[in-house]
Amino acid sequence: MTAPLAIPTNTSDPLVLYGETFASRLLLGTSRYPSPQVLENAVKQSNPGMITVSLRRQGTSTTEAHSGFWELLKKMAVPVLPNTAGCHSPKEVITTAQMAREVFETHWIKLELIGDDYTLQPDTLRLVSTAETLIKDGFKVLPYCTEDLILCQRLVDVGCQAVMPWAAPIGTGQGPLNPYALKLLRDRLKVPLLVDAGLGLPSHACSVMEWGFDGVLLNTAVALADDPVAMANAFALSVSAGRTAYLSGAMKAQQSAQASTPLVGTPFWHQS
Amino acid sequence: MRVIVNQIAKEVSDGSTIDDVLLLIDAKPPFAVAINYEFVPKTRHAEEVLREGDEMEVISPVTGG
Repeated sequence: MTAPLAIPTNTSDPLVLYGETFASRLLLGTSRYPSPQVLENAVKQSNPGMITVSLRRQGTSTTEAHSGFWELLKKMAVPVLPNTAGCHSPKEVITTAQMAREVFETHWIKLELIGDDYTLQPDTLRLVSTAETLIKDGFKVLPYCTEDLILCQRLVDVGCQAVMPWAAPIGTGQGPLNPYALKLLRDRLKVPLLVDAGLGLPSHACSVMEWGFDGVLLNTAVALADDPVAMANAFALSVSAGRTAYLSGAMKAQQSAQASTPLVGTPFWHQS
Repeated sequence: MRVIVNQIAKEVSDGSTIDDVLLLIDAKPPFAVAINYEFVPKTRHAEEVLREGDEMEVISPVTGG
């Protein structure tokens, strides 16, 4: 592999969520990597603004296999975003969030309330009231949701200062399935929007950043790449490129060709 | 009496607190505890007494997406 490219930094354009500033617009999950060492290297390479973490029953094979995870988290020293993955009811979400707050010593929570096990589609009907309960309990809630405009507006109405619509179902890597709805969200909502779930390629991340999204959260696309560390680098670069493109103001697409080289004085010019 | 700890039945003495059960299962920090799906902060682990049939969850950090 060639040497990784350096991630550009732009301190004049930081990601700000709930009044807090983050070093990067890329948020990275910590699951499904081939080894803790690969995870650590991927995090080092991509310098994410936050890394997502979770909670499971102690004594299970999952937690036993990750017994060194806590030490690794402290070593990496990146802000953590606990999730409520696997919760299917508001009660489960709220209890898990409270437990996460104590374990990780953070008020941040990625709100996941699953309504369907096959698609991992959020339970949108109960998501808003659950977000409101968490916010009243002092949490800084980042809700994982669908790209529905009214749902996202209601989440903002109850106090979510950022919203995280999916691009596609979790872990599918399909990229944005509904660009129209995502662009509409960007146009209508004024809070930070981060695309969470379903991204598979750096070009997917670049696209949503070009559309004006404030960040992306991804996991599987990096963790399951043949070379997760190189892919983490690629995603970090794509997020930066997309953001720069958005701020630069893209040209309008044209229906007909327009010569970029001046035609005046062209030798052998034939005008039919 | 019998309580359920992380879905496994355990025999504990009457009057056992959360701290007593954590010691019994050799819980490794960091962890958080819920009793019957209600979070119990660590400041109350020494005083919270379990009752017959209580369900106790002890959870720890894992990787997540």
